[in-house]
Amino acid sequence: MSLHEPDAPVLRRYTAFLRINHWIAAACFIMLTLSGLAMFSPALFWLSALFGGGQPTRAIHPWIGVVLFVSYALLCVRFLGSNLPNRDDVAWSRRIVDVINNRDENLPELGKYNPGQKLVFWSQTLLIPVLLVTGLVIWDWYFYGYTTIQTKRVAVLVHSLAAILAITVIIVHIYAGIWVKGTMRAMTRGTVTAGWAYRHHRKWFRQSLAGQPPTAEPPRAGGD
Amino acid sequence: MANYQSLDIVRRSASTEVSPGIRNGTEMEVAKLIDVSRCIGCKACQSACEQWNDLRDDIGHHVGVYDNPLDLTAKSWTLMRFTEYENPKGDLEFLIRKDGCMHCADPGCLKACPSPGAIVQYANGIVDFVEENCIGCGYCVKGCPFNIPRYAQDDRKAYKCTLCNDRVSVGQEPACVKTCPTGAIMFGSKGAMIEHANGRVEDLQSRGFEGAGLYDPQGVGGTHVMYVLHHADQPELYAGLPKDPHISPVVQAWKGGLKIFGLASFALATIGSFIHYVTKGPNEVSSEEEEEARDEIAASKQRRTVSREVRL
Ligand code: HEM
Ligand code: SF4
Repeated sequence: MSLHEPDAPVLRRYTAFLRINHWIAAACFIMLTLSGLAMFSPALFWLSALFGGGQPTRAIHPWIGVVLFVSYALLCVRFLGSNLPNRDDVAWSRRIVDVINNRDENLPELGKYNPGQKLVFWSQTLLIPVLLVTGLVIWDWYFYGYTTIQTKRVAVLVHSLAAILAITVIIVHIYAGIWVKGTMRAMTRGTVTAGWAYRHHRKWFRQSLAGQPPTAEPPRAGGD
Repeated sequence: MANYQSLDIVRRSASTEVSPGIRNGTEMEVAKLIDVSRCIGCKACQSACEQWNDLRDDIGHHVGVYDNPLDLTAKSWTLMRFTEYENPKGDLEFLIRKDGCMHCADPGCLKACPSPGAIVQYANGIVDFVEENCIGCGYCVKGCPFNIPRYAQDDRKAYKCTLCNDRVSVGQEPACVKTCPTGAIMFGSKGAMIEHANGRVEDLQSRGFEGAGLYDPQGVGGTHVMYVLHHADQPELYAGLPKDPHISPVVQAWKGGLKIFGLASFALATIGSFIHYVTKGPNEVSSEEEEEARDEIAASKQRRTVSREVRL
């Protein structure tokens, strides 16, 4: 779809490659959460049935982690430029009450991402490498001999803590997609309506119109 | 090495259900007492352990010390550790300690284990790994304050001394006890073993070992394998036997507060999101905003056409 369709003007937000990669990361993250929580709490051990039992759960979890890391590294490179903090973020954060109450008209005009979205980005950018490194330390199948038991104890504690934070952030991230209507199509179809962009990311909307992309991502808003 | 009746189980790893309690308090606690001062380091107990449990460890390498094998393995559940100690008088003492699972009253392995029923504790105090339930995560290794469980590289499961639970449950002493030629390893009720140890300690003290004592560390709630040591004031002398072993605070935090924090965090985020949606509703684009966006698009197209014409 392109802009000169009279009924539904849309802007391109994500390429097909980026969308597929996002869903790979999302699927990995959910599987890691389910398999990790099976080992995290006795009350959730039944989740291991989803992976065919306790041993398969333990065996497959780190491998999914490696796939997630690679996928997220690619996402991260593509997203980084648009997630640098700026002055608008401060003004937006001060008006957090308006954010919660859906009063977007009181909020400053923003670029491609708002501070909430940036927080999700930076949390995962910090936590996923931490999960990888601590995960390798406790991946006894391959790396048992490389670290001391005390190091492994600290690693498993940090791994669990990082997982808790990352999962909590993802719960909020998923909710934001449900709460702010019209967001989901950015990741399912790659486009958003012009009204959505105008309401939530007006600077990005105008930059797209002017054909001056704020990111490396080529905007295809012009439609010609 | 499961060989139990479920009525004997007092604790089961990663289980939310209550263990059978009908017999609690009536079953006798057992203990193995290792009198280090009477051990000659012959390793008969090591052989007996391999033989009874049908384990054959791989042939290793001799590196110039008596310890053989060099460390516990998934197939060597007990091991004599030799230490040459020069005492303050300048005399050499050859300290020999039989290493292996201590069968803690408060077992760190069981606390750490994430798989239901892979580690159990019986009413008699024996801590046993039930390998059929083991998922091979290696958490018991992190939980144990004595560095005992070993992760097998062939089947990815953890192993350790069972205190010959299969023998004990039919009224026999453990294989190592049976085979010890000097009587340095004894087995009986925990009370009887403590009583016997006290006599041995007295004897050692009367012969100049002022520091002699019983090793039954209370940091892990006491153990069901105890030592009589000539230097109970310095257990570290015996190849690093910890002076005050307890489950690591890191493991305590991981298995305690963190679980509550984690589940609370997920619950809060989920319930909070739900309440927000129900009270504040979705954030939707109004038709005016769609309209304004359309106007801006039209204006920008016009500008672009104009600028293109100017350039021409
Ligand atoms: C990035 C690469 C990752 C690697 C290499 C990794 C590796 C591991 C390993 C080796 C374990 C121990 C159990 C086993 O052997 O399977 C583990 C446990 C766990 N992992 Fe991961 N993991 C990674 C990412 C993640 C992610 C993204 C999450 C969830 C957000 C996660 C959540 C957990 C949880 C909750 C546990 C259980 C910890 C506990 O028992 O307290 N992991 N991980
Ligand atoms: S010594 Fe280690 S393996 Fe044995 S019961 Fe104690 S914590 Fe478990």
